[in-house]
Amino acid sequence: METRLLAIRAGVLSKNDELAATLRERFDANGVLALNFVSSPGTGKTAWLEATLRALVQRGQRVAALVGDLETDNDARRLARSGAAVRQILTHGNCHLEAEWVRNHISAAGWNIAELDYFFIENVGNLVCPASYDLGEQLRVVLLASTEGEDKPLKYPVIFNSADVAIITKWISPPL
Amino acid sequence: MHELSIAMQLVDVAARAAEDAGAERVSVVRLRLGALSGVVRDALEFSFAIVAADTALAGAQLQIEELPLVIYCVPCARKATLVGISSFRCPSCNTPSGDIRQGRELEIVGLEIMGAGVAQQQPLHP
Ligand SMILES: Nc1nc2c(ncn2[C@@H]2O[C@H](COP(=O)(O)OP(=O)(O)OP(=O)(O)O)[C@@H](O)[C@H]2O)c(=O)[nH]1
Ligand SMILES: [Mg+2]
Ligand SMILES: [Zn+2]
Ligand SMILES: [Zn+2]
Repeated sequence: METRLLAIRAGVLSKNDELAATLRERFDANGVLALNFVSSPGTGKTAWLEATLRALVQRGQRVAALVGDLETDNDARRLARSGAAVRQILTHGNCHLEAEWVRNHISAAGWNIAELDYFFIENVGNLVCPASYDLGEQLRVVLLASTEGEDKPLKYPVIFNSADVAIITKWISPPL
Repeated sequence: MHELSIAMQLVDVAARAAEDAGAERVSVVRLRLGALSGVVRDALEFSFAIVAADTALAGAQLQIEELPLVIYCVPCARKATLVGISSFRCPSCNTPSGDIRQGRELEIVGLEIMGAGVAQQQPLHP
């Protein structure tokens, strides 16, 4: 058997990145704003989206949202009350979403991107793994609760560095 | 912990490139891993060995080149290599920079392939 060195240059996540790029092109071409929300479990992604979806739907905007969790469709049920089109992705143990699932769930839900104004993705609650996966969003939004400690961006630099927008939640202290 | 799924995609991409080149086996995979890739080296090496078994990459050596974070500093008009990933300030003038020039890499840059006649073949993309 012969041996040789094969020089290649291939991104390990190239399949995910290509799918994400295709999704982003479709969002761009149809004037849809697509956002990917990431944070630790319980920071308030669903709470933030509940309020945002309700406000957008009331203004007559066409909104769809995918929400990823390991188990339960609790978040999808909370978001669906806004009147937006919502679909739960159950990852059954997977700690992040991937572009392929986003594409598959959009088609399984029967959503037509051309008929949307906003598309929201609530990622699995995790400050580590979702950082590596482009989902085709135009903006990655990272949430940080004031109660989590102000040093979180220093402890999780990869996700905070990859985000376009950061939102601080839970900044109004409850009455003691 | 997503290194297992990263390892699966790594083996997939490498196996396909090797097959395209007519190889039967892969003995070495060279990988560039940026400090901001979000991938833990030890976990990736561990997962790689498991995933590679039963493929053309079985027993292959994973050679990882770790790349530090490099930013571009506007006041200094040059690139600067940083230690760690928690500060994005220029080591010379302390100005923060969001212009990342290196550190996000997670890419295969070479394979050592084995097979009858592979040495004669020309690279697909020379
Ligand atoms: N006080 C306060 N509570 C909040 C705020 N945002 C969310 N919460 C509460 O925090 C808890 C978790 O909020 P969720 O919206 O479910 O958090 P999440 O990020 O979607 O959580 P996962 O989907 O499990 O990762 C709920 O009890 C919310 O009511 C806030 O701004 N202030
Ligand atoms: Mg939630
Ligand atoms: Zn994980
Ligand atoms: Zn400088």
